[in-house]
Amino acid sequence: MNQTPENTPESRLAAIRRRAEDQRRARMDTDAPKIHIGLATCGIASGALDTKQAFEQALAEQGIEALIHTVGCAGHCYAEPVVIIDHPQSGFPPIFYHQVTAGKAKMLVKLFLAGGDPRLEHVYGATVENDLIPSVMEFPRFNREKRVVMEKCGRVDPEDIDDYLAEGGYGALARALAMTPEEIVAAIEASGLRGRGGAGFPTGRKWRLAAAATAEGKVVICNADEGDPGAYMDRTLLESNPHQMLEGLAICARAVGARQAVVYVRAEYPLAVRIVTRAIAQAEALGLLGQGILGTDMNLDIEVFQGSGAFVCGEETALIRSIEGYRGMPVHRPPYPAQKGLHGRPTVINNVKTLASVPPIIEKGPDWYAAIGTEKSSGTAIFSVVGDVVHPGLVEIPMGVTLRELIFDICGGVPGRKGFKAVQIGGPSGGCLSEAFLDTPIDFDSLTEAGAMMGSGGMVVMSQDSCPVDVARFFLDFTQKESCGKCTFCRIGTWHLLEILERITVGEGREEDVELLQQLGEDIKDGSLCGLGKTAPNPVLTSLKYFADEYAAHIREKRCPGMMCRALTAYYIDLEKCARGCDACVGCCPTDAVFTTSTRKKGIDQALCVKCGECMVACPPEYDAVRKVSPASLAPIIERPVKPVAEAEASATPAKDAP
Amino acid sequence: MMVEITVDGRVLTVQAGQSLLEACLANDIYVPNLCHLPGMADPPASCRLCFVEVDGMPQPVTSCTVAVTGGLVARTDTPAVRRLQRSALRLLLSVHEVDCKNCPANKRCELQRLARFLKVGLKPKDLPAPRKTPAVDDTHPCFSFYPNRCVLCGKCVEACRRAPGETVMAFSRRGFETILYFDVNAAEAGRCENCQACVEICPVGALVMKAD
Ligand SMILES: Cc1cc2nc3c(=O)[nH]c(=O)nc-3n(C[C@H](O)[C@H](O)[C@H](O)COP(=O)(O)O)c2cc1C
Repeated sequence: MNQTPENTPESRLAAIRRRAEDQRRARMDTDAPKIHIGLATCGIASGALDTKQAFEQALAEQGIEALIHTVGCAGHCYAEPVVIIDHPQSGFPPIFYHQVTAGKAKMLVKLFLAGGDPRLEHVYGATVENDLIPSVMEFPRFNREKRVVMEKCGRVDPEDIDDYLAEGGYGALARALAMTPEEIVAAIEASGLRGRGGAGFPTGRKWRLAAAATAEGKVVICNADEGDPGAYMDRTLLESNPHQMLEGLAICARAVGARQAVVYVRAEYPLAVRIVTRAIAQAEALGLLGQGILGTDMNLDIEVFQGSGAFVCGEETALIRSIEGYRGMPVHRPPYPAQKGLHGRPTVINNVKTLASVPPIIEKGPDWYAAIGTEKSSGTAIFSVVGDVVHPGLVEIPMGVTLRELIFDICGGVPGRKGFKAVQIGGPSGGCLSEAFLDTPIDFDSLTEAGAMMGSGGMVVMSQDSCPVDVARFFLDFTQKESCGKCTFCRIGTWHLLEILERITVGEGREEDVELLQQLGEDIKDGSLCGLGKTAPNPVLTSLKYFADEYAAHIREKRCPGMMCRALTAYYIDLEKCARGCDACVGCCPTDAVFTTSTRKKGIDQALCVKCGECMVACPPEYDAVRKVSPASLAPIIERPVKPVAEAEASATPAKDAP
Repeated sequence: MMVEITVDGRVLTVQAGQSLLEACLANDIYVPNLCHLPGMADPPASCRLCFVEVDGMPQPVTSCTVAVTGGLVARTDTPAVRRLQRSALRLLLSVHEVDCKNCPANKRCELQRLARFLKVGLKPKDLPAPRKTPAVDDTHPCFSFYPNRCVLCGKCVEACRRAPGETVMAFSRRGFETILYFDVNAAEAGRCENCQACVEICPVGALVMKAD
């Protein structure tokens, strides 16, 4: 095609971008304060919609002109609702506020926006270096991250394509349109990018396979099924910056010669579905997607497909079956989707994070990307770090950072005085690693070698008060329920694994169970049809290997070292410490298990106790009389007086719920 | 095109592209299997019994999913293969109602054959599992269905699909609860008249004609 300089994709994009920048400038280039509110699902869950409403109301009441800019999530879950206030006239730099409740919002409008006082006690930090307020960049949670995929998250309004364009968006697509498909594939290969959906398959190789296929009607699919419990990276990316993934998807389509694309999002992500759908429409309206992209002959129809939420439908062959309208059941590979996928056509399936990594690679070059991370795992990894950790949330780090750096330096370690016990990486397909692995670098191969896996990026940090056996049981309960039922090992084998684990956690484990779990786990791993079954035993096999003593304690001593397994623990009241006449624990017991002893102290009726722990919370710290023990037999037996003391003393007023 | 492959040291001349499982069975080399039916374009590979070891592949593979090529070398009886087969069979037996004396499939039951071949006891004691209820489903006009005999091999579903007319059978539910489903309304409307394809093909006596 003959292109004059005026109608190259890049020049067309420049015109679109100029218009976007003008529009943005018209709105944003004012002296009025700007209030950026994070409104992804995580923010909304912690009350950000109320916060936004409070800002609007207070601004109206005070008659203050200010711009409310809704953005996605910047990954700082521990700080939600997050608000950044940029108030140039105050003389202060833009300020990051955390846990901005509706009340705090009203206060900030009054005192900061109207009064010029930023209320330092509520400030988390400035977002830029300055002389007045310490910058958030001084915190490891900010400065140790390396943002490639999440770079624009929390900065752009996901529902306004102009924001993305003004930040340089779609520049990579324009550049890719000027490259040959072969050049794009070669660039992705050279970057060393590996699939972020779990297995780490080299993306360039996958694209090359599909590009080489001669069949008509190729398809590219973005996998945003994200079914791991505890993982929410993909949702957050789509809710915070959908265009970066869409741009990557279009570049992928260009590289392999596809004219049809599908974004497969679970219906349980309604906000993500809405935002992606809207983003596609906005991009199509500007000629960035759809027909004749940026004036070239490239066409791409993008459709959003809502999955029904089965974990197994994240597996690529099951995902394809479900789009085709069949039961979401995996089929044997090969043939791989890149050879024979949706409706038998060559199909590239990539994860959201994989596709969102593509625009920066095209923009800044494969060498730039390959220099981030390690030799065999280039680029960044995004984890949703949750559990017993001070600063949970989404963290994007260069590959090769160790688990210790991520958990302790960046995320602040285990809160309180509790020690670290374990970390579960990769969700139900991953493994449970002990302290001995804290210096393991985070990359595809090191994690797999340790028996865990990158998986989709879920990471659960566990303190001493947790039980690896119970965690294995939790994940097996999940995979067993999510098994599609097609193949023998997964359908029946995971059921038996779960049954054995359930027995162990209630104190009915047998000596031979450990061997049975090990053998069965290995067989399920080697014998299953798809990745679900092949990885389902990982939580069991790793915890057996690294926490053998915990299994032994459960089985032989009926003792749960983390005191998590209810059947193996008991609460009792230390009579030495219990205060005569104090009733703090009585009212909070949901089963009336707390009684008054003959000395007017309290005891717990073990037969009634459901081990909720409420009494321990209620006991005033100055007495600290409630004890939790395992095995349960350690609790001293305190007899309930034959005639309840209170009743004996005040026999004139019988208890109202007495039978 | 015919090609030569080597299985258990024997050189076989077989059709290129044919599945390794079919090639073995056609040459009297028994490889345990339950879900395989000749002529299926895409084998379900769901029973996980037909494992073999193929030179160049690190782990045992299901032979139904291997298309033969000239020079392929495979072994059907290695310890790794037997281990997986025994394990799969034990799992299937753990949810199977073993009551052979009262089962019409007695002596021609595929599970009995597999157990004998693999030297596995019919009642794996260390793997207790619940049974499905009701134990007999009599809702179909022509046959009774015994869910606790069924191994979910899917042969009945495939046979029903191949029989003329509308398909009546499918799987329903998921995971451990997966169960055979049949459309009783279609059956009552006469769809199943003069057809016993599913009953005939059932390898374990899970579908039994009613004695009208
Ligand atoms: C049980 C199971 C669930 C999966 N779930 C997802 C998922 O939610 N998202 C995803 O991207 N990949 C998932 N995968 C991996 C996909 O099969 C596939 O490898 C991936 O989408 C390829 O993309 P990538 O090369 O960019 O990683 C899952 C795999 C299995 C076995």
